[in-house]
Amino acid sequence: MASRRQIAAMKQSLFDQDYLDEQFIQLEELQDDANPNFVEEIVTLYYRDSSRLVSNIEQALERNPLEFNRLDSLMHQFKGSSSSIGAKKVKAECTLFREYCRAGNAEGCKRSFQQLKREYATLRKKLEAYFQQARQAGPFEAARRSK
Amino acid sequence: MTAETGMDDPGDQFPVGMRVLAVDDDPTCLFLLGALLRRCQYNVTTTNQAIAALELLRENRNKFDLVISDVHMPDMDGFKLLEHVGLEMDLPVIMLSAHGDPKLVMRGITHGACDYLLKPVRMEELKNIWQHVIRRRKFDSKEQNKPNNQDKQPLAGSGCSPGSAGTSNTDQKMTKKRKDQNDEDDEHEEDPSTQKKPRVVWTVELHRKFVAAVNQLGIDKAVPKKILDLMNVEKLTRENVASHLQKYRLYLKRISCVANQQASLVAALGTADQSYWRMGSMSGLSNLHTLTAPRQFQNTVFRPLSSSGVIGRLNTPSGLVVHGSPSSRNIQFGCAQNLNNSMNDPLKFQSTIVHGNQNGNLVLGITGYSERDQLQHHKHKSISSVQDMANASCSHTSLPSVRNNSFMVAARPQNTQGGGANENLSSIDSQPSEISRSLLDHGSCGANWSNGVQPTQILPSSYPPTGFPRQLGFLPSSNPSGSSSITLMYSQSHDATANANSQGGINSSGHMSSNVQFRGWEDRNQDAAYRSNVLCSSLNSLIHENSGVSGSASPSPTDPAFYRNLNFNCGNPIQTKHDGFAKLAEEIPLRQDQGYIIHQQMAQQSRISNNLGSLDDLVGSLMKQDKDKVKLLDGDLICNNYTVGTSM
Repeated sequence: MASRRQIAAMKQSLFDQDYLDEQFIQLEELQDDANPNFVEEIVTLYYRDSSRLVSNIEQALERNPLEFNRLDSLMHQFKGSSSSIGAKKVKAECTLFREYCRAGNAEGCKRSFQQLKREYATLRKKLEAYFQQARQAGPFEAARRSK
Repeated sequence: MTAETGMDDPGDQFPVGMRVLAVDDDPTCLFLLGALLRRCQYNVTTTNQAIAALELLRENRNKFDLVISDVHMPDMDGFKLLEHVGLEMDLPVIMLSAHGDPKLVMRGITHGACDYLLKPVRMEELKNIWQHVIRRRKFDSKEQNKPNNQDKQPLAGSGCSPGSAGTSNTDQKMTKKRKDQNDEDDEHEEDPSTQKKPRVVWTVELHRKFVAAVNQLGIDKAVPKKILDLMNVEKLTRENVASHLQKYRLYLKRISCVANQQASLVAALGTADQSYWRMGSMSGLSNLHTLTAPRQFQNTVFRPLSSSGVIGRLNTPSGLVVHGSPSSRNIQFGCAQNLNNSMNDPLKFQSTIVHGNQNGNLVLGITGYSERDQLQHHKHKSISSVQDMANASCSHTSLPSVRNNSFMVAARPQNTQGGGANENLSSIDSQPSEISRSLLDHGSCGANWSNGVQPTQILPSSYPPTGFPRQLGFLPSSNPSGSSSITLMYSQSHDATANANSQGGINSSGHMSSNVQFRGWEDRNQDAAYRSNVLCSSLNSLIHENSGVSGSASPSPTDPAFYRNLNFNCGNPIQTKHDGFAKLAEEIPLRQDQGYIIHQQMAQQSRISNNLGSLDDLVGSLMKQDKDKVKLLDGDLICNNYTVGTSM
């Protein structure tokens, strides 16, 4: 079982590597006795809901020609969710993707989306690992901001 | 010190317990928003559907102090929701978006949002949102100058009973605050700048006078002073008129936008049949009647309004009458604030109408907007009927008419109260239940219409393009005659403003709406109000005010709000591109009157728990009738159809 310090370090590295931004801190602040698992709950909710978006975007990217408006709109939603949990890199990829959309750059969109999926999956793994450790250590402690 | 007695000291206790309604289709964002708001100690209600949100709000205007809504939502555009809320409930609305695009922010402003926040939302920002509630209260109290607090009082009172302990205190305080504001006389003010004066209740009757005055002067030349003189109403100040005029202008703009769209639709359809048009103009009422009369009517009704004029009609509230499904309360009168949005809805609606199997519901897609949404979301009785229709037709997606819906709704309210203007009203009164019933019947709505459309009075024929065919003849029929009566009323009330132009549309809309409304009222608070809210809201408020919400409990909240908000903001600022606009302008007054009248009527019937509901009902009923018609028209026409159908 990871010590509190280790858990804190895990989290810190997520921030350092830009996987997460300040928004995540706000999530943690919302976690308290009344909502002891808030952060994990919202992240779980995010991944569950956004997976639907991701597959929609994927399908849309398979069309020919691409419907940039629709893609932009889908990505807008995805970006909104991602920014709500502080998924920094994912959010950045969303922005890039939307720029490609606006430019009508199909290749750019596809490439960007691939990158986005990678970031999305990586973040998920890291967060899952983090939550797992945190849970073991004690939810309340894990929630504490120990930067 | 009467003024501040019992009033909350802003910042003290309040904002704790402030009741916020949060709307966002994204579950993650909604979850976060809810958590943040609760952390601010607000009383939070969340929903991921705009339609559900509107319903919640309509159910009890006093239940919430503030609304926060996302801009991009699948079931309804956030701006549209914003308009509806502003018109119907006059609650502060904060927009949320991941987009900081200045154009969007601007749109938010024009639609009346009191703030625009970017996602992800921060706690610090949410901590201050209560200021909007306080500011609005103070602002409102300033505007009031007529001690017509009846409406408010009940509202305030109802607000006091919320169960939440945390909020009850606040509620009471807030309620009291309102009461105090209402009660206050002009003489004492704790705050000279705010001058708590009773808010002017723009009743249907009053609004009718207003519209008449404006029409007489000409919309361009109408200045508050002259309007005031023409109206010759005691205790009305120039300021009241000025602010009302502003709203009215916005409304006209909005209508014109819709009209434009309709015009295009019509053009697309290419067939603006006179008869159809007439039908449409009967707006609602007539439609209803017509519906009943003959199925063929529907056909005519559906004829696409090729002429822009038609569109104009359509746009007018009357036209909006959700032909598709009278029952579908959802009749969105709200002039497609967001045309886009409305479009979607109307389409739905239209599709329902298209099938029109059930009824000739004229409710052409126009009302569909709201209805559609409603259909989807609401189980309202009316909706069900509409839904039937919708299912049947679902094909129509051309909802451009949606916008119309909004119009229709507006039209209706007027009649209800009909302060005296409506002789028919009286008749309708008796009928209202009938009508509403007939109108509302969901499934039967259509049937009613087609069968008995008693209101047939609406008789398109009788619908003289000039001025309301008061006669609409509706009503005599027993059946939904209630609706017809409404129309009659409508027309009557219209007379004043009934510009000949609108007549067709307006009347019909008026009628329709009334019909629809009735149903709705009877049945229940219909959501249709939603649509109608847009237009109706203003109307409703008028009506309510007039009727004092005759008994109907809830209407009052809406009334004042409505009326105050008479935001007939067009989604697109005045796109007078189309010719119909002028007509619309004219019609609008009519419509409004009608709407008011109807509304009043409904209020009287008071069944209407919601003012809006009645309108919705009307619309719904109208829609039902129009359903059939809609089919013909096609989604696009819906808007047009709408009016057409109504043009009785």
